[in-house]
Amino acid sequence: MHFEYNIEGGDFSKAGFASSQLKKVLKQLITDHKVVKRTVVALYEAEVNVVAHAYLGVVIIDIDTDKIKIQINDKGPGIEDISKAMEEGFSTASEKVREMGFGAGMGLSNIKNNSDDFKITSEVGVGTKLEIIAYLKTI
Amino acid sequence: MNIKEVVDIIGGKLICGESMINTEIERGFASDLMSDVLTLDSDNVLLITGLANLQAIRTAEMSDISCIVFARNKKITKEMMELAKENNIILIECASSVFKTAGKLYKAGIKPVF
Repeated sequence: MHFEYNIEGGDFSKAGFASSQLKKVLKQLITDHKVVKRTVVALYEAEVNVVAHAYLGVVIIDIDTDKIKIQINDKGPGIEDISKAMEEGFSTASEKVREMGFGAGMGLSNIKNNSDDFKITSEVGVGTKLEIIAYLKTI
Repeated sequence: MNIKEVVDIIGGKLICGESMINTEIERGFASDLMSDVLTLDSDNVLLITGLANLQAIRTAEMSDISCIVFARNKKITKEMMELAKENNIILIECASSVFKTAGKLYKAGIKPVF
């Protein structure tokens, strides 16, 4: 199954829309609710990151029998120092983002902790790409 | 403890989820930082927060949290209610502080997440 969703930078009212749609789909397909929760939490944090930092983004989801692959590609300022951005507590988020209940420098580590495989690449002035994979137990 | 008892203990007002009043709550967590809420992996958790916006509802949806208590007299908006209804999340308003609300529920037997 293949799904794509657009994310608009700065629009907090829609942050979580893609994760919500994915959760509805996964609940029909997967009985292990921990896998569903981990995957949607990872995507939700990633969506919030795009809304908080980028101008626009796209979420591409591919659900296969053995894995769920999610790519989140954004056009935005990019990340200068990825290892620094991965540190818990490091954040460049605005006051507005903090008022939304985020921006404490936990997003990227939350995403990593909730995925089986996590890749991040970024180019300053261009944008950031994330790849999140959740492996499914085959019966 | 069920939702009806929670509402009575904290002197709260049930805004959304009347049909789910018998839902059992085992543990509680209090935070205004949604990233912290998203790290939890317990079930049957009640969230106490002073953050009254759509992201609190979304966070509950993703974390399988069935009930949110909005403390410090924060008001639930129409948009928050709609999103909560769509996802079967119970919303309660409460005039007390987060500290007082959490204290009352802790005393009544709601366990901490950690």
